[in-house]
Amino acid sequence: MATHGVEFADVSFTVGGRPILRGVSLRVEAGTTTALLGRSGSGKTTLLRTVNALVRPTSGRVLVDGRDVATEDVIALRRGIGYVIQETGLFPHLTVGGNVLLPLEINRQFAGHLDEADHEVEKALESVGLPYAEFRGRYPWQLSGGQRQRAGVARALVNKPSVLLMDEPFGALDPLTRAEMQTMLRELLRRTQVTTLIVTHDLDEAIYLADRIVLLDDGRVAANLASSEVFDSREPSIRAYVAAARRGQQETAR
Amino acid sequence: MTSFFDRYGSQIGRLTFEHVWLTGSAMLFAVAIAVPLGILLTRRERLARPVLAFANIVQTIPNLALFGLLLPVPFLGDRAARLAIVALIGYALLPILRNTYAGIRGIDPSLVDVANALGMTNWQRLLRVELPLAASFILAGIRTSTVTCVGVATIAAAIGAGGLGELIFRGVASVDNGLVLAGAVPAALLALCADGVLGLLEKRLVVRR
Repeated sequence: MATHGVEFADVSFTVGGRPILRGVSLRVEAGTTTALLGRSGSGKTTLLRTVNALVRPTSGRVLVDGRDVATEDVIALRRGIGYVIQETGLFPHLTVGGNVLLPLEINRQFAGHLDEADHEVEKALESVGLPYAEFRGRYPWQLSGGQRQRAGVARALVNKPSVLLMDEPFGALDPLTRAEMQTMLRELLRRTQVTTLIVTHDLDEAIYLADRIVLLDDGRVAANLASSEVFDSREPSIRAYVAAARRGQQETAR
Repeated sequence: MTSFFDRYGSQIGRLTFEHVWLTGSAMLFAVAIAVPLGILLTRRERLARPVLAFANIVQTIPNLALFGLLLPVPFLGDRAARLAIVALIGYALLPILRNTYAGIRGIDPSLVDVANALGMTNWQRLLRVELPLAASFILAGIRTSTVTCVGVATIAAAIGAGGLGELIFRGVASVDNGLVLAGAVPAALLALCADGVLGLLEKRLVVRR
């Protein structure tokens, strides 16, 4: 396994004269999980999308496993990176099995070995807690929100990417389903050792899933610390975020 | 009534066949032109407005005038059926073009995003995501065009291209309502049939979400 992970070197992005990212430098060690935290519009989704070249930085470099994203073949790059988004990520015209098979099909790595590809789909679905026989033939509209996100995670991991990008994957779920998904994902991330970047604005989710927390504010890295250090941090931006996330507790403790 | 069918039955059969042939071949060409062109327009946004505007203008030319305008054109004017088919293609283009373009443009951007993020090539994205998701729209356009074509094709008889319009024109000329109906009723039934069959197909292609 490569030891590089993902690296951002002074990454800036400006659109229509409006700066979204202002010189972000950041390193995500291989096999670890980093949560990008911050308010809406802080640039966390944009930063995430520079990794699979859905967004091209105005300046600066993004390295994936030591290779510059700007000079890589974009198709090959993206096929090695899993991507999960909120809610609508599954293709509605394909079954769960069809969706999860898709990354293998477009890569033709199992051309002529459909049963092997099916086996990979089965493993991926079982790893996210969706029994293959029961779910392979169902369409996305026949699934609950949580099941849909499980299928999305299975599709992102089926071809064993070195990097996994998640953009508020559980943002639309109720707290109980969300907790189940977090439990499943944490176990899966530990096991697969995939380098993961997860965008969220949920502090608890970030701490529970990630090794490191990066707080973005107005396109800059405001804080970068281990998730175990969050509650002891004296960093004002972190304290403000913790305070905002804990208002309910503080209110009832009075 | 029986004598009417004895007299005109075989003619109605032959002219219905001609009518289907005119409309069918025009539709084949129209689909072969308009679907790829519509796809191209989603890739070259700047072309979309002028091309759709042009198809719109063709659509507004009165049927009879278009047939007349095309008559002096070399090669086309030589054979009435050939000319009629070209004119019918002109009328059939717009609905298919517009629906192909709008159907693909209307796909949820986040799904296009995911298709790109999976590392699909442009062709893979088109064939595996965009066309399946836009299929019911495209078919709705084809359905509209087909029904229009069946109707417009009756006018083709005016330039001697045959089809059910022949009975209608003869009936009008000889003030014979029976003859007019002998052309009009099968033409209407053809349109209804095409509409029904394509409508069923369209329903099957709708993607539930």
